[in-house]
This record gives sequence, C-alpha cells and structure tokens, in this order.
Amino acid sequence: MTAFLIENKYTVGIMLGVIFGLASRILMLRTDYRQYPTYPHGRIIHISLGVIAAALGAVAVPALFNKDYTAITFLTLAAQQFRDVRKMERDTLTKIDELELVQRGTTYIEGIAMVFEGRNYLVIMTAFFSSLFAISFTWYYGLAAGIVSMIIVLALRSGKSISHIASAESVPVKQDGPDLLVGDIYIMNVGLKVNQELIAERGLGVIIKPYNPNGKATLSNLGQRQAILYDLSTILGVYRDDGEPALIPMAKLDMRDGRLAIFLLPQEKNASKAREIVLRVPILESAVRMPTEAKVNQQEGS
Amino acid sequence: MGEIKAVVTMHKQQVGGGAPIFVADNVKQMEETAFLLEKLLDAAVHDLKNGTFILVKHK
Repeated sequence: MTAFLIENKYTVGIMLGVIFGLASRILMLRTDYRQYPTYPHGRIIHISLGVIAAALGAVAVPALFNKDYTAITFLTLAAQQFRDVRKMERDTLTKIDELELVQRGTTYIEGIAMVFEGRNYLVIMTAFFSSLFAISFTWYYGLAAGIVSMIIVLALRSGKSISHIASAESVPVKQDGPDLLVGDIYIMNVGLKVNQELIAERGLGVIIKPYNPNGKATLSNLGQRQAILYDLSTILGVYRDDGEPALIPMAKLDMRDGRLAIFLLPQEKNASKAREIVLRVPILESAVRMPTEAKVNQQEGS
Repeated sequence: MGEIKAVVTMHKQQVGGGAPIFVADNVKQMEETAFLLEKLLDAAVHDLKNGTFILVKHK
C-alpha cells in the first residue's frame, strides 16, 4: 500500500488535490434561507464547476514538475471560465430579481456573484497546495496541507455582519395623520385610511445605530439598505402584493446622526426576531466604506 | 423620481396642471376614489393634508 502510494506520486497528488478541492467547494456551498444556489440543479452546477476547478489546481503541480511551463497558461483559461461563472450568476439573479416582491438589489447580487467566483479560486488554491505537498514530499504532507487549506477556506468564507458595525433596537411604528414614523424618523406619507389601519396593525420598526463613521457610511449605502430589507422580508415574510405601492418596506436615514430606520410589514410580526435578523444581515463587500482610514482623519485622531 | 398620476380633491380651485383631477364631495368619497385609483394605477396615495390626495407613481 505505502509502496504504491510512493510509486504513483503524481496520481496520488492529483487525486488528493481533486478530493480536497471538491470537499472545500462542498463545504463552501450552502443553501440557506435565501435558497441560493437553488436546490438541486443550482447546486449541481456549482459542484461540477468545483470539480473542474479542483482538477485544474491539482494538475498544475505535475505540469510544473515536468517543466511543462506552458501548461500553466491553462490557469488563465480557468480564470476566464470563473469570470464567466460570475457573469452568469449576475445575469440570472438580476433577471430573477425583477419578479421579487422585495428585491435584493444590484449590490447584493454583485456580492453573491463575486462570492461564487472567489470561491472557485479558493478551490484551486486548496487543490494546488494539497497536490504540491503530496508530490514534493509524501502523501501525508499533502493530506495535512489540504486540511490546513480547508481551515483557511473556512475562515475566509464568512464575512462580517451588521452587528459588527451597529446596534439595533425594535421601536414602535408611529402615525401622525398620514405621516408615518419609525421612532422619530420620518418614513413616508400614507394617504389612505385603509392602509394606515393596516400599518398600525402589522407595521414593524427597527432603528439601526452605527457605532462609528465607517458604520454610518456603510449603512447609508442604498444597496446595503436593500439587502437588510430583503433579508427581513425573506425570513419574516412580507405582507404585500404587486400593485400595493403603499405597503412597500422602506429604510430611511436620519441625516443628522446617521441612524437608519427600517419599516416593514411582515407576515409574522415578531419584533425581537426582526432585530436579530437585522443584526445578522451580511455587510456587502461593495458597500463597505472606511472614512476613518483616510489620511486626513488619521492625523486628526492621533 | 415620482410622477403624479392623478389628483383627488375636495377643493377644485386649489389644484390644476397636467394630471387628471377627480373631484369628490366629501372625505368618504375622496377615500373611495383614491383607493380605487391606487389599485388601478399602481400608484401610492399621499395626503397633502389640505383635502387633496395625490397618486404618485414612484420610480
């Protein structure tokens, strides 16, 4: 057995690479409350692409060892391939988004698409390292490298959430005639009595208070706000239909201090759950702003 | 950008312009007309607090 493993170094290396690559793809592929990727076919697509990515990463090592340097250019093909994956995800989600009652918004979609591309590169990395260590040392080094890469992949998988930049509290929805307020933040003007009564009965308000200027800038991003509304509506359900423009969930900023007020009509009116959900909304990579990192602000602070 | 699709009012002399104007005699009638128009036009009803409703199509 051991003799076989040593004799067929390349085969073992490639196999290990593919296995670890695929395992890390499956580890990163989770269908959660967003139901994306869709089950089962959306997942099949991504697992298949994961196999391709893993194979590419694993095969790159023997190609290098054989001094077959041109084979590396194959990786550029892979990069092209995965950029296409990103484009495909973006196109599909944008199309689907048109028919959602509460939309994800383009920033959220771009975030998801980016994740799909990025994760394929992580798969290549895992496969490459396990294959590299298995071939240049022995198979169990490959095993160890694979496990370490998977731990790195796991660490890279999760991003930050709203709870890292802001606190949230659920506040009652107030109505002053046609004016609708969440706490003290003005949301909109609702004309019809029917809608006002409905909002009084089912309306839910959350105020998000950013901890610092970075949080303020991130929360003011319209894409980030839409993501919060989308997550809330997906999990709590949304009490609305097409052709009911007055019942649309909304997020408005208090421009004086950067607090964000969320107004929503959920199917399940549960204030504490809503607060919990808001805190767990992922921070979208493209929405992150870091004004405190700017040179002017650092001089002032020190 | 919102666009005014229709106006429902109790005071005809207060309104004018491009959008269709519907005149109502009392608050109840105004509410009913506005409700129907909201469903028909897919536009939100806003209360100007002076006896006039406007129907605005947002975005």
